[in-house]
Amino acid sequence: MLDKLKKIWQVLRKPSVHFSLGFLTLGGFVAGVIFWGGFNTALEATNQEAFCIGCHEMENNVYQELKSTIHFTNRSGVRATCPDCHVPHNWTDKIARKMQASKEVWGKIFGTINTRDKFEAKRRELAEHEWERLKANDSLECRNCHNFDYMDFTRQSTRAANMHSTSLASGEKTCIDCHKGIAHHLPDMKGVEGF
Amino acid sequence: MKSLKLVTLATLVTLSVGATFSSLAASVPEEKLATLRQAPLNTNPTPPVMQKVRNTDVKQVRNYPMQPPVIPHKIDGYQIDLKVNKCMSCHARKRVGDSQAPMVSVTHYMDRENNFLADLSPRRYFCTQCHVPQLDAKTMVDNEFIDIDHLIKAEAVKH
Repeated sequence: MLDKLKKIWQVLRKPSVHFSLGFLTLGGFVAGVIFWGGFNTALEATNQEAFCIGCHEMENNVYQELKSTIHFTNRSGVRATCPDCHVPHNWTDKIARKMQASKEVWGKIFGTINTRDKFEAKRRELAEHEWERLKANDSLECRNCHNFDYMDFTRQSTRAANMHSTSLASGEKTCIDCHKGIAHHLPDMKGVEGF
Repeated sequence: MKSLKLVTLATLVTLSVGATFSSLAASVPEEKLATLRQAPLNTNPTPPVMQKVRNTDVKQVRNYPMQPPVIPHKIDGYQIDLKVNKCMSCHARKRVGDSQAPMVSVTHYMDRENNFLADLSPRRYFCTQCHVPQLDAKTMVDNEFIDIDHLIKAEAVKH
């Protein structure tokens, strides 16, 4: 085993015999561009709503629930797609989330939530994962669009302005603490703080 | 004898059928239908523009003491089902400290034998059965309701 590794190391160390330095540098650069471009394109493809609802689990449950909410249809036509809220926009965080999502592939293959009943049974657990994630990153995905610094309290209802100017402003609460179930139906909320 | 019976029966049937049709026609005249519907029955009229819900957060006066208070804010997308009651996340006894919303009255915690329960009574669980948000809409029908105070005052003036 060690011998083999040594041999590989020797091959790597030796200068190239057949290829020119220019070919190797330029070729490496071009190959790098192609690889990186391909990787990002593939990554972007999995970050489309069409990809998300390609699975009937997503299309028939959570996507249908989203459709009647303000994040799907509203007066100005700005809408949030699945990855806007469920995938971090920052690159490193996105890769970390994508790696976590490999578990979802497992779930898809073994049909963990492939019927409505199974999905309903798992709803609380799935929701809790998302609440935890949003709580941990201070509702970053909400704040990608809803920037606190530019909120005009005078344009909000009295109740909303009260809450936003106190608990949210002081950082004591974050969006998800009060706005659970904003885009999907809630699970059984027994024992959840604030319900 | 038999034929006489038959004739009477036939007459009765004809009379009753005729009566049914005429009474139907009399109870809902066509032009009245049109005023409610604002269009002939065989057409699909464009529905009126959606009204805005009043979102003032200001309590409304009740028209009589037993009236369920109306909701002075929007309740769009509030989930009220077996799993969760969104209204209670502000109006429950334990939540009013944070929310500063009025607590639902104690009657909502009583069962039909007047026993106090720890949580909302199932018979009072579905808020929107009695409590509704308000629109800034013109009344479709004239309202002849008179407040009890006005009645009492009117009586006092008479005597």
